[in-house]
Amino acid sequence: MSIDSDSGAKGLLGRALDSDLWFSFTRSPVVMVAAVVTLLYFLAAIFAPLVAPQNPFDPASLSLGDSFTAPAWTEYGMPEYLLGTDDQGRDILSTLIYGARISLLVGFAAVILSAVIGISLGVTAGYVGGGFESVVMRVADVQLTVPGILVALMIDGVARTAMPRELHDQIAIYVVIFAIGVSDWPQYARVTRGATMVEKSREYVQAAKVIGIHPLLIMLRHILPNVMGPVLVLATIGLALAIIAEATLSFLGVGVPPTTPSLGTLIRVGNNFLFSGEWWITFFPCLALIGLVLSVNLLGDWLRDALNPRLR
Amino acid sequence: MVSFLIRRVVQAILVMLAVAFLSFSMFNYAGDPVNNMVGQEASREDRAELRERLGLNDPFPVQFARFVGNAIQGNFGISYQLQRPVADLIAERMPATLELVLVSAILALSTGIPLGVYCGIARHSWLSRFFLTISLVGVSLPTFVIGIFLIYIFAVTLGVLPSFGRGGVVELGWWKTSFLTADGWRSLIMPAITLSLFQTTLIMRLVRAEMLEVMRTDYIKFARARGLSNRAINFGHALKNTLVPVITIAGLNIGALIAFSIITETVFQWPGMGLLFIQAVSFADVPIMSGYLVLVALVFVTINLIVDLLYYAVDPRLKVDRGTSAGRIA
Repeated sequence: MSIDSDSGAKGLLGRALDSDLWFSFTRSPVVMVAAVVTLLYFLAAIFAPLVAPQNPFDPASLSLGDSFTAPAWTEYGMPEYLLGTDDQGRDILSTLIYGARISLLVGFAAVILSAVIGISLGVTAGYVGGGFESVVMRVADVQLTVPGILVALMIDGVARTAMPRELHDQIAIYVVIFAIGVSDWPQYARVTRGATMVEKSREYVQAAKVIGIHPLLIMLRHILPNVMGPVLVLATIGLALAIIAEATLSFLGVGVPPTTPSLGTLIRVGNNFLFSGEWWITFFPCLALIGLVLSVNLLGDWLRDALNPRLR
Repeated sequence: MVSFLIRRVVQAILVMLAVAFLSFSMFNYAGDPVNNMVGQEASREDRAELRERLGLNDPFPVQFARFVGNAIQGNFGISYQLQRPVADLIAERMPATLELVLVSAILALSTGIPLGVYCGIARHSWLSRFFLTISLVGVSLPTFVIGIFLIYIFAVTLGVLPSFGRGGVVELGWWKTSFLTADGWRSLIMPAITLSLFQTTLIMRLVRAEMLEVMRTDYIKFARARGLSNRAINFGHALKNTLVPVITIAGLNIGALIAFSIITETVFQWPGMGLLFIQAVSFADVPIMSGYLVLVALVFVTINLIVDLLYYAVDPRLKVDRGTSAGRIA
């Protein structure tokens, strides 16, 4: 506690620069590269309309005559299309940037959904205990034994049967977010339940109980902030997993529709041209996906080690 | 032991009932089954008659009981799209998936364990660091991307391996195997590697972590003090004790292999259950989906049960704990 009150005077930035987390960050060049790469992806995704050389979804900016152009450095390349074009004459680099935007959007939304479901169930289960706890944890156990991608596929399949095709295409992206989000909540529930049970017996929670604060408020204001450390690690690794899950669903043809392609959809479409020699249409989306997932994974790995006091 | 067994079996049955309920509700409430079976031209009377014949007017518990009864006999109805019994379709496709999963599991174990042992023993060597980095890349590579890269290198560029299908198959009764032809093996190589790669990295990281853990224990130090050879310590003492969690994870991951075979089968157009399922999902073919769901759940529950029992058999400490807490030595 004394460390906190000392550095409290320095302000938030000072405290951040003084922390163990920052120290271990500056000691690891790989992690720094991963952070920069992740940041670049985020920026490119957020400012896609400004960064991309072309708007690939504006028919006016496309010329079919330029379709299947090879990357700029090859023999048949054109300098204005750095990574070549696809079957409709869209600039690959631009579709990548817009695709990463969709992938990140779905990934973030899915992680937030599963974190919200998992944390609220986990904290409540840990705090309330009893029958509610055992039901929640049993369901989580059972779901954990089934791979997330299978659960997501099932949810997507049910959604497909339950609504007409046109409606499904319109809301496909939300269905994917929901499917991935629901498939990943047990992790969060397990971790937060464990942490809540530890916090529950601490003096500050006892004190809050004694002065008559509502249980809901105790969970939200007192326990929740103290169980967020492990959640941060889970969420980072979860983001990488969610991006892979989305790409996989889209690649299987049951994810995001081709009208708003994610990286997975681009790979699926490009895969059709692999045998006819237009390798770049699928190769660059693959690379972009690997780069994104790998750097997020590296950040997650580092966060886990840096926040784990046992490894120090 | 008996009470433990009964508890686990009851739990397994409950899970299966929950899954059956899920797939039953998918059947009955996700879209009108009658609409899915008859054409546009069917009259109102025809529909009402079909509805009566299918028992859709019966009370809910009766319908559910009938569904479970049929499911136990392996009857999941007739595919909307292919107009054939689901049980036949799945039985036809099952050998392809099981052979793929079997080869992948063997591949993953036979490369993952030695690599993990090496990285655990020679912790600081550059080679084990290299393997670890590769394994992180492996975890970040989505299954289908590995498949695409393999196809591009070995089928498109080099032209040495076929990129789709099972190649030549030999029929042993109803089981079509690709193990007996050279062509079948050639077709199997790339899908099996694709499917096993993720599991290999997982097993390798797990074995390494367990080895590091075990190497710190007192009995390893004691074994060293006794002057045992490195070989005896590493394999006789350390590896043996890492195998319990490895068995668990490997067992549970057979289920994961079946799930991920959906992706591999799509990439390589491998005619297994996964490809059948993914086609069913995109055509909203509910009978196939619910049949596959129940089957996969059955596989998962069975594997979980077996792993639990194996755990019990392999780790004597569990017996003592439970035995004494129950007031007797099991």
